[in-house]
Amino acid sequence: MTDPIRTVSRAARWAGALAVSAALLASSAFAGEPRGTNDMGLVVERAVGSVLVVETTGKTVLGRVEGLGDLSHAAAVFSRDGRYGYVFGRDGGLSKVDLLTNTLVKRVMQAGNSIGGSISQDGSLIAVQNYAPGGVKIFDAVTLEQLADIPAEYGAGGARSKVVGLADAPGKRFVWTLYDAGEIWVADLTDPRNPQVRKFKDIGLQPYDGLITPDGRYYIAGLFGEDGLALLDMWNMDKGVQRILGGYGKGQEPLPVFKMPHLRGWGFADGKVFLPAIGRHEILVVDVRTWKEVGRIPVKGQPVFVMPRPDGRQVWVNFALPDYGFMQVIDVPSLSVIRTLEPGPGVLHFEFTPRGEQVWVSVRDHDRVVVYDTATQNEVASIKADKPSGILFTARANKIGL
Amino acid sequence: MRRLLVLAVVLCVAPPAWAGSAGDALSPARQVQLEYMLRQDCGSCHGMTFKGGLGSPLLPEDLAGKSADALAEVVLDGIPGTPMPPWRSLLTAPEALWMIGRLREGLNP
Repeated sequence: MTDPIRTVSRAARWAGALAVSAALLASSAFAGEPRGTNDMGLVVERAVGSVLVVETTGKTVLGRVEGLGDLSHAAAVFSRDGRYGYVFGRDGGLSKVDLLTNTLVKRVMQAGNSIGGSISQDGSLIAVQNYAPGGVKIFDAVTLEQLADIPAEYGAGGARSKVVGLADAPGKRFVWTLYDAGEIWVADLTDPRNPQVRKFKDIGLQPYDGLITPDGRYYIAGLFGEDGLALLDMWNMDKGVQRILGGYGKGQEPLPVFKMPHLRGWGFADGKVFLPAIGRHEILVVDVRTWKEVGRIPVKGQPVFVMPRPDGRQVWVNFALPDYGFMQVIDVPSLSVIRTLEPGPGVLHFEFTPRGEQVWVSVRDHDRVVVYDTATQNEVASIKADKPSGILFTARANKIGL
Repeated sequence: MRRLLVLAVVLCVAPPAWAGSAGDALSPARQVQLEYMLRQDCGSCHGMTFKGGLGSPLLPEDLAGKSADALAEVVLDGIPGTPMPPWRSLLTAPEALWMIGRLREGLNP
């Protein structure tokens, strides 16, 4: 039991010191009660190179961490305890952020031009995918010491490809795709300083992104240069890469694609997978048992992110320019659009809370993150953020492929 | 071939209201919009500092020695067989030329 009088006098004694450090403490989660991080996350402020530390229970900003460089295509992953975020900057910066203290723990410049990263199944390794110099680098998650460099060399001349679609796979493996070469590589990092890489060639033209299914079994690369997707069954790698949905757009002329769709963040819903079509204002619905198309949903524009709510009952979609002020909500049982929302120009990304009752939406040109109740699709909160792009919640730490 | 047909389709589509009309001098407000678009939307592929990404770098030294008209054509018609889309449905020729000019001057502080 704490003696209340003693507590008051102690508080008075500390008041001076507190006032001096108030500015520091005000921004620190440590100033309050100890807390868990499972309702927390990061909002990337792309133009100013900072991230907001947010929490979804009270829907507030807990702090801001600055000095993260060029975050024009920024992504983040989280340590398995949900305390640290690893932010991958476009400028090749890899930053480790402490969500409990709102501080930048460490930052290394590891390449000239970077696009994203992943964390290994056991949380010990961070992999970063780079455009220039093209390849993947592996870092120790605690110290950010570089452990391995895997250049994306292909062909006879030793040219290096841009790397896209990096994902973690069970068994301390990472999978990625070579955009220029049309190859999928699977690396086993059981011995992190001595990666064992298996290469799958001729997977298709201009693979622009990739994803791994939430069970870690299937890796899929989307193809920009042709209709269809490349599928690798990680349980049967000797079967090689298969083409799925080949020629799904035959006979139709593609529309211009003003922003590349993203595949990461997809999910199963009702035994189906929902994918953005390329050059078509449609969502493709694919049966996950047969990998055959079972439906198409016409939508407002070129889909960018097509993400099911965690319970799979709804799928939310945002769009490329010039329709990027809108979002649409698809009802999964009826495969139809049930709501069109207009959060405002520059809807770049959105993220569901772990159980899906809220969705947080970045509205870049309004400098706001808008929070919707997914059941009513009504706005329930709005948070100020400077040109927000990626919104990433710590629940990702517990998911394969995110 | 496929891309040429795309272009034909795009050309038939009326530009949106905010695209401005060709031939007019660009209003200061439109210039602000275009510069914003350069950084935010072109920057999605070319990098917000124009050092490149999936798309090529667009720094002044990368554009040096290339004709403005040819570059504007790339913006308006895209590059077939690559992810660079034709922007003609969203931008006029004078707007594309103005954007090339801004890139040549260098947009970074």
